[in-house]
Amino acid sequence: MSPRRKKVVKRIFILYLPLACFLFFALFPFYWMAISSFKSNAELYNLRINRLWIYSPTLEQFQELFRKTAILKWLWNSFFVSFLTSVISMTFGIMAGYALARLKFPGAQAFGLATFITYLVPTTLIFIPLASVVQSLGLTNTIWALVATYPTFLIPFCTWMLIAYFKSIPKDMEECAMIDGCSRIGAMVRIVLPMAIPGIVFSFMFSFTLSWNEFVYALTFISDTTHKTMSVAVPTELIRGDAYFWGELMAASLIGSVPVALLYSFFMDYFVSGLTAGALKG
Amino acid sequence: MKAFVAQSGKKAKKQLALSFLKSEALTGYFLISPALFLLLVLLAYPFFLALYISCSDRVLGEPGKFILLGNFFKLFRDTYFRQTVWNSFVYTLTTVSLKLVLGMALALLLNQDFPCRNIIRGALLLPWIVPTSLSVLTWLWMFDSLFSVINYILQSLGIISKKIPWLGDPFWAMVSVIIVNTWRGLPFFAVSILAGLMAIPKELYEAAEVDGALAVRKFWHVTLPLLQPVIAVVVLFSTIWTFADFQIVYILTHGGPLNATQIFATMAYDVALVAGRIGEGAAISLFLFPALLVVIILILRYLRQE
Repeated sequence: MSPRRKKVVKRIFILYLPLACFLFFALFPFYWMAISSFKSNAELYNLRINRLWIYSPTLEQFQELFRKTAILKWLWNSFFVSFLTSVISMTFGIMAGYALARLKFPGAQAFGLATFITYLVPTTLIFIPLASVVQSLGLTNTIWALVATYPTFLIPFCTWMLIAYFKSIPKDMEECAMIDGCSRIGAMVRIVLPMAIPGIVFSFMFSFTLSWNEFVYALTFISDTTHKTMSVAVPTELIRGDAYFWGELMAASLIGSVPVALLYSFFMDYFVSGLTAGALKG
Repeated sequence: MKAFVAQSGKKAKKQLALSFLKSEALTGYFLISPALFLLLVLLAYPFFLALYISCSDRVLGEPGKFILLGNFFKLFRDTYFRQTVWNSFVYTLTTVSLKLVLGMALALLLNQDFPCRNIIRGALLLPWIVPTSLSVLTWLWMFDSLFSVINYILQSLGIISKKIPWLGDPFWAMVSVIIVNTWRGLPFFAVSILAGLMAIPKELYEAAEVDGALAVRKFWHVTLPLLQPVIAVVVLFSTIWTFADFQIVYILTHGGPLNATQIFATMAYDVALVAGRIGEGAAISLFLFPALLVVIILILRYLRQE
């Protein structure tokens, strides 16, 4: 074997083959989700044909889904909650992040530490008492329960993400603006925010994704079909007792997954750079 | 006279600085107040409420009375709960180690040059981005007792002759939830470690090569020590997330069969919200707190060292 040939073979074995295995592991469930949702029931449960392929693609699972369930309402709920909570958390996160990155005041460090710690608090640690807080606020069984509680895990994330971004922006420009008579808040809004747009876009999208995917709070606080979000409605409303309608379940999962996958593919560079920045910073 | 002017100048400067500081402090408090308010009402208060509820025998619809540590003593005697503790540790330790080893391997692969690198990198992140409850439903379908596509593939390839009872058998159910958790968390490890790898200066490897170091030794003596901070943070984050995990077990096995996959969060949910014993459920949830505390202390200590 020539040395070049040998190099190619080596590369296949130590790079392409393992990479293909990882890709298969990561993506096969999505392939299975997609082809299951475009199969008819007759094909879905036929064990005698090649099951990894679709022979006669059909939209009947989607038609059934839209006819029988409140999926449009669930999608709207998910969208509404995710959008609103992301806007709220971004606004508060920008304010707190800017204060921690730029201003010196007693207690700033303690507050920074506290937000960092709250970022680590898992939702499953406090969901039981939070349910009684939500009840005493009169929010049980409404999507406002989610609008109120999601910021608790989104704000710490946005704040920490934005502190890093604000710190990377040179101070000179806002100091100039302030010497020219701009107030601190004015300088923040006019000078710093436009420069922090990549960080803001990333935090917004990540907040949106986190809200869209949230499960524990939505499961605990909401039991009415019409107020559920996608991530909870699909596993709880479409599985009735022992009857699993896998075609419809997979179609609904596909519909619930596509928005975040799309959002993410459009802004992938932001995602990867933001993620890695966040991971490195911890 | 000169001295006086200088002194008053200093004084004025001091005063100016003081008022500036004051206004800066005021702006600071104004800016953090909404976040602080929300976190106090919906995070700190519920936490203290959790301490209170866990010391009461509250059931659904009744406030209950204070029973001190009664719930905790009851739990320690409960074999069902002891198994939950054991399961939680098995689940966390296995998945975190798997994610670390595989994530490291994947990061090393992704750090090399090959065509379509960005697209492949993005595709590999999908399990982490897509709603977990929905992707886990797909896994539930893939593990189906009759129609499992995994068994179909393994049988077609001749690897197994008998169907694996994925979710029907205590051992395989644990294997299943571990596989799914690894699948979901792997991208986070890979991307974070990859970022750490890309930050390592190339010269270090060149120096090692001049010294005649082999690939394995380069990895051991250059890569690993420099990746240590990233690895520490990623492992600690993942440990607390996995320890407190809920969705994967809830949807795949609901803690079964025979309690074989029950972990803290799913048991707390079952006891508090399905069975209605809120006090006891809150006590189970609180067992996550020591783990959280350890992780927080380790991370803070680590960040301070840096």
